[in-house]
Amino acid sequence: MKMNGARIMLECLKKEGVDTVFGYPGGTVINIYDELFSFKEIRHILPRHEQAGTHAADGYARATGKVGVAIATSGPGATNTVTAIATAYMDSIPMVIVTGQVPTALIGNDAFQEVDIIGITRPCTKHSFLIRDVKDIATIMKKAFYIARTGRPGPVLVDFPKDIQVAMGEFSYPDSVEIRSYKPTVEGHPRQVEKACKMIMDSRKPVLYVGGGVVLGDAAEQLTTLARKLGVPVTTTLMGLGSFPGDDQLSLGMLGMHGAYCANMAMTHSDLIIAVGSRFDDRVTGKLATFAPHAKIIHIDVDPTSIKKNVRVDLPIVGDVKDVLAQMIKLTDKTKDKTAEFVTALEPWHQEISAWKDKHPISYKNSSTTIKPQFVIQKLRELSDPDAIISTDVGQHQMWTAQFFKFNSPRTLLTSGGLGTMGYGLPAAMGAQAAYPGRQVITICGDGGVQMNIQEMATLVQNRLPVKIVILNNNFLGMVRQWQELFFDKRYSQTCMELPIDFIKLADAYGAKGFLASKPDDVEKVIKAGFAEDGPVIMEFKIAREEKVLPMVPAGASLNEMVLNA
Amino acid sequence: MQHTISVLVENEFGVLSRVASLFSGRGFNIDSLSVAPTNEEGLSRMTIVTRGDDKILEQINKQLNKLIDVLKVIDFTDGSGIEREMALIKVTAEDESRAEVLRIVDIFRAKIIDVTPKSYTIEATGNPVKIDAILDLLRPLGLKELVRTGSVTIGRGAKGWKG
Repeated sequence: MKMNGARIMLECLKKEGVDTVFGYPGGTVINIYDELFSFKEIRHILPRHEQAGTHAADGYARATGKVGVAIATSGPGATNTVTAIATAYMDSIPMVIVTGQVPTALIGNDAFQEVDIIGITRPCTKHSFLIRDVKDIATIMKKAFYIARTGRPGPVLVDFPKDIQVAMGEFSYPDSVEIRSYKPTVEGHPRQVEKACKMIMDSRKPVLYVGGGVVLGDAAEQLTTLARKLGVPVTTTLMGLGSFPGDDQLSLGMLGMHGAYCANMAMTHSDLIIAVGSRFDDRVTGKLATFAPHAKIIHIDVDPTSIKKNVRVDLPIVGDVKDVLAQMIKLTDKTKDKTAEFVTALEPWHQEISAWKDKHPISYKNSSTTIKPQFVIQKLRELSDPDAIISTDVGQHQMWTAQFFKFNSPRTLLTSGGLGTMGYGLPAAMGAQAAYPGRQVITICGDGGVQMNIQEMATLVQNRLPVKIVILNNNFLGMVRQWQELFFDKRYSQTCMELPIDFIKLADAYGAKGFLASKPDDVEKVIKAGFAEDGPVIMEFKIAREEKVLPMVPAGASLNEMVLNA
Repeated sequence: MQHTISVLVENEFGVLSRVASLFSGRGFNIDSLSVAPTNEEGLSRMTIVTRGDDKILEQINKQLNKLIDVLKVIDFTDGSGIEREMALIKVTAEDESRAEVLRIVDIFRAKIIDVTPKSYTIEATGNPVKIDAILDLLRPLGLKELVRTGSVTIGRGAKGWKG
C-alpha cells in the first residue's frame, strides 16, 4: 500500500515499539502532525518548548531503558533541541530526534526556518541522517534506532525534508539491519576476563568504581552479585547511583568532587581499581597526577575510546558490562575455595574503610529554626515510595540528592551528569511520568534551574502528569555562590536571584497545587500534603541560604585533599 | 611525531565533515588530508597526516573507529606504507634561470606541464620529503604558486587492506 513519507515515518516508530513521542509542530513537520491526527497507536505529548520536549524524551529513555523519541520543526525548533541532545550525548542516552527540514530543493538556499541541524549537532550526536528519498525512510529509521540503542548508546538525529514527507512510497520495514562499518563489541574477551579475576584475587585493597554504564547496560544485578560474592566495596559516580544499593554495607557512596570521604580515601589507598562502565571524568579523579597512586586499574567498558583516555589502564576489557560481569561471576564460582580465602583476606581493608566511614560520614548540622536542604532530602527519601523516580537539575540540590537520597535501584535517578544542564529536572521527570503513570515521580530542583523550564508546568497539568516538583529555594545560584564564597572572597557576582518568586502562586496560575515550607516543622507536613495530591504539585522549601555542599575536592586538587568543614 | 593514517569510509553524506570535525573538536592536528573513491563501490579512502604522542594517536585511532561510517583505520607509522604526494609548482623562469629550472626538474624526475616565456609549471611526484627538497631548490628562483595533494599511502607487500 502506498502512503506518504510522513505516514511511513509513523509506521516506522510503531514498528520500533514507540508508544510515546514528545514533539512540537511547525511548518516543516506539519505533514507528520497531519498523519498523527488519526494515528492512534502513538501518544504525542506537546511540551511548551522543544528543549523540554527533548529532555522529556531523554527522561523517558533513562527511566525505561527504551529509545526516547522527540520531534521538532526545522530552524529554531531544531536548534532548541541542541542542549537536550548534548545532554543525552554526554550521558550516553538512547534517543532518536526527528527534525523537519525545508524541501530538498531549497536546502542550502537560506530558506525560511532553514538551519544545518546535522552540522550543528554533529559533535553531540552518535550519528545523524538526512533523508533524501522516500524509499530510504524505513532503512534509515531502522538504522537510527539500532545505532541509538546498541554499543555505547546515544542520540541519533534524523533530518526529514518536507518534500520527502509528502512524497508517496511503499512501506516495508526491514527485519534486520547490517552496517558493515558499525559492529560494537559486546562480549568481553574471555582471557582478559580471566586475567581480571586473577588480579582481583591477588589484590588486598580492591574497589569497584562503577559508572552510568552499569545502569545503561542493565547490569546492576550482576554488579551487586559480584560485589557481594567477593566482598569488594563499591563506589559509584553520580551516573552510577542506584546500580548498587546505597544502603548496603559495601557501599561507599559517591566518589569525586562531592563524594564521600571514605570513597575518596578508598580510591587513594586502593591497590586495585575495577572500573565498570565509568570513564574517569575530571570531577571523579581530581588531580590526575595523584589519582589512585598505588592502584592497578582494570577498566571494563563497551566504548574503547573511554579506555586510557584520561588514566593509564593495566587491564582493558572492551565489552558489554553485563556480559563481562556475568563471566566474572561464573569464574569466581568455579574457584570457590580461593574466593573464600580472598574474602577473608579483605578483612583489614574493610576495617580501614569503616574507620574512614566513622571519621567523616556524609553529614550536616541540622537546625530547629531554618530548613536544612539535606534534611529535606532525607525526609523525601523517608516519605516517598520505594520505587519512586527522582530527577534533579544541576547544582547544590543535585549533590545533596546524590549524597543523602541513598538510591537503591537503577533508573531511579535521572540527572544530567556529563553536560550539567540546568533546566533538565522538570522535563525529564515529565518524560518519566509519561512512561510510568502509576509511579511516584519527583523532581528536585533549585530556584535557579527550575525557572529554566518552568513553562512545562502547563504540560504536566494538561497531560495529567502528577510530577511532584520540589524546589529547594535559597534565592541563590547556590553552587556558583559556594565557589564564590570559597575561592572568590565572597564576591557574589550575579548569583543572587534578587527577585523572590511566589512559586505557590505560580503553581496556582498553571492550575496545580503549591505548598510552602518556611521552617523545619513544616517539612514533613508539606511533603505529605504534596504526595497526597493526585496532580502535579510544587513543594517549595525556603532553605538555609548559605548552606554548602561538603565535602568538596577543590577543582584541580587531589582526591584526598577534601574540604570537610568550611 | 608525524603519523600517516588511512581511513576507509562509507561514501555517505557528510562523512568528510564528520572526520574533519572530529579532529578539530578534539584538538587533534591535521597536517594534510586527501580523499577519493576506491575501487570498491561506496568506499572512499582518506589519508590523514597528523601529529601527536602515542596516547593521542591511540585516541585518534579509537575515535575514528567509533564513527559509524568508518570501516577501517590503518596506521602506517611503522614504515609499513609507501607514501606519495604530487605537487604542481609554478616558477618564474627567465633568461639564465630557465636552464637551471630544467636541470632541477630533470634531477627530480619531474615534468614540465606548461610553459610560457616567463614561467614553467612543474609536476613533481614523490614522498613528501622529496617534494620539500625540490621546493627548497626552486624557491630562490621565484616560486609563484604551489599546489600539493597531500600524502596518499598504500601498504607494502602483496596483501591488500583486507588482508
